[in-house]
Amino acid sequence: MTAYLIRRCGTSVIILIGISIFIFGLLHLVYPSPARAILGPKASQLAVTQWNQQHGFAGSVYVQYWHYVDGVLHGNFGYSFKLNQSVSSLFAERWMLSAYLSGVSTALAVLIAIPLGIYQAVRRNSIGDQFLTSVTFTAYAMPDYLLYMIAIQIFALTLKVFSTQASSSTNLVTVAGDFHDMTLPILCMTLLILAGYSRYMRSAAMDTLAQDYIKAARAKGLPERLVLFRHLMRNACLPVITLIGLSIPSLLSGNLIAEYVFNYNGLGLLFYDSLSNEDYPVLLAYTLVGAILTVAGNLIADIALTVADPRIRLIEQH
Amino acid sequence: MSNLTPEGGEIGPVRSGWRLGLREFMHNRLAVVGLVTLVFFVAFCFLGPFFYHSDITTANLTGTNAGPGAGHPLGTDDEGFDVLGELMKGGQASLEIGFLSAIFAIAIGAAWGAVSGLAGGLLDSAMMRVVDVLLSIPFLFIVLIVSLRYGASILSLSLILGMFTWLVPARLVRGEVLSLKTRDFVLAARSAGATRWRLINRHLLPNALSVIIVNVTFNIADAILAVSYLGFLGFGLHYPNLDWGDMISDGINYLLDGYWWLIYPVGFCIVATVMACNFVGDALRDALDVRLRRRLTRRC
Repeated sequence: MTAYLIRRCGTSVIILIGISIFIFGLLHLVYPSPARAILGPKASQLAVTQWNQQHGFAGSVYVQYWHYVDGVLHGNFGYSFKLNQSVSSLFAERWMLSAYLSGVSTALAVLIAIPLGIYQAVRRNSIGDQFLTSVTFTAYAMPDYLLYMIAIQIFALTLKVFSTQASSSTNLVTVAGDFHDMTLPILCMTLLILAGYSRYMRSAAMDTLAQDYIKAARAKGLPERLVLFRHLMRNACLPVITLIGLSIPSLLSGNLIAEYVFNYNGLGLLFYDSLSNEDYPVLLAYTLVGAILTVAGNLIADIALTVADPRIRLIEQH
Repeated sequence: MSNLTPEGGEIGPVRSGWRLGLREFMHNRLAVVGLVTLVFFVAFCFLGPFFYHSDITTANLTGTNAGPGAGHPLGTDDEGFDVLGELMKGGQASLEIGFLSAIFAIAIGAAWGAVSGLAGGLLDSAMMRVVDVLLSIPFLFIVLIVSLRYGASILSLSLILGMFTWLVPARLVRGEVLSLKTRDFVLAARSAGATRWRLINRHLLPNALSVIIVNVTFNIADAILAVSYLGFLGFGLHYPNLDWGDMISDGINYLLDGYWWLIYPVGFCIVATVMACNFVGDALRDALDVRLRRRLTRRC
């Protein structure tokens, strides 16, 4: 198992290096140097060249790449000249809000998806199963923003139970206590994540249901409740671990749309504002952070899976 | 009909796998509904404008945001354009981008996966690490950045989307090729002196075709959704071009005014098209996967 973990971490490091090359390459291509943004459009070419040399934006691509990686490893993700603030400090102000929104939604989605998937697998092709399948299929095909708009229309404009916008506070405690403003974004995101998860949960539960140990548990006379709870649920939950790790990129994109529609001060809205400002350092830094999170998420999911599932450990040993 | 029939049904002419797949597909109700929906939307968007004439290039400021009524079955938007006409035009862009990007994605993905799987060894690992790297990057972000910097047109959006959606097909095709290349017919072709190019072209890719076709449909669905996100955020196509996402993005400004015809018809088009693609894809997967194929021979 140790050998597997070392190999798995090694691959992650290689992927991270690849990601840094890709992001740096793209940054170099779309935004070679911030000199113009700082010195102004009237600065002479000489001044621009001089500034570039002083700040590590001159010389060969390799040297510049090294500067970039060196900066990232020291927590320097670049500088937003449009907002006159370092990217790290921008992220530090906002990441908790985004983490709260997607964290709560993902947790809720997992908590609902597991029993729902088991119910659908056990009562396969019943009316309840078909109803749930059509709901999740529709939500799966629906663009996020359309669901938000329908929800706003129903719950905020017609019934007036929740507000049309998310909390505008930057304080996490205030935001978390603000159910009037936060319920709608969280519930909508939960439904969207759930739509992806429950399809997997249903088929995972169906696969598990066909296993011999379920038959054995039933044959020895174990009450159905215990069969489902002890044998089916614990085994059918395993794919969810991988699924959470894999869903990080779509979670980040989902955050972008949700924060834009509900005007919520998280990283997604920062990304949208930076698009409007053409603030490339922020855009690529966030993309880099997203990619690093994805790699880390997949690694953690794989490790968690080896811990949770003894069968994987056995295969590794033989 | 009783004693003489051998167990397992009558022995008839052997049908080809494709024909069995087609039959299986046609037996799937959702698949047929999906296919009909897709055909309907393609006809609606591309043939519709020949029968339904509307002016969607000159603004008509005397008739803005009018509800559905005579002359405008789905009302007009904030510039007085006919919504039904815009639906057709926007649908053309969305569908074209969906199909084109799926074709790009599949072409790159199939080639990459086939070469990687056949080569094996170091080249294979290197090529798959490239896939891993690109899969870790949230692709909507990159598409937004590139479309912001270089502008968006139907071709450029299809190319960008294609460049970031070939990864899953590449993995799947590689998996197919890995299992195919140890089969006897591939060994036979090899020993007969087939070149690598011929192996990929004549033996490996045709046998991986079912995986490829299934993925095209899912890629189309994903691309239509992705492009609608771009349009919604305001970084998609620009006037006089538009896509379905653009239209919803305009409509959101009038959510408070209750101009439902600016949002729900186009929303329905997106959801129906994407759902239809998903239904067709699921059904194709069931129909073309031999292991999943139901026995359709009649038992006596």
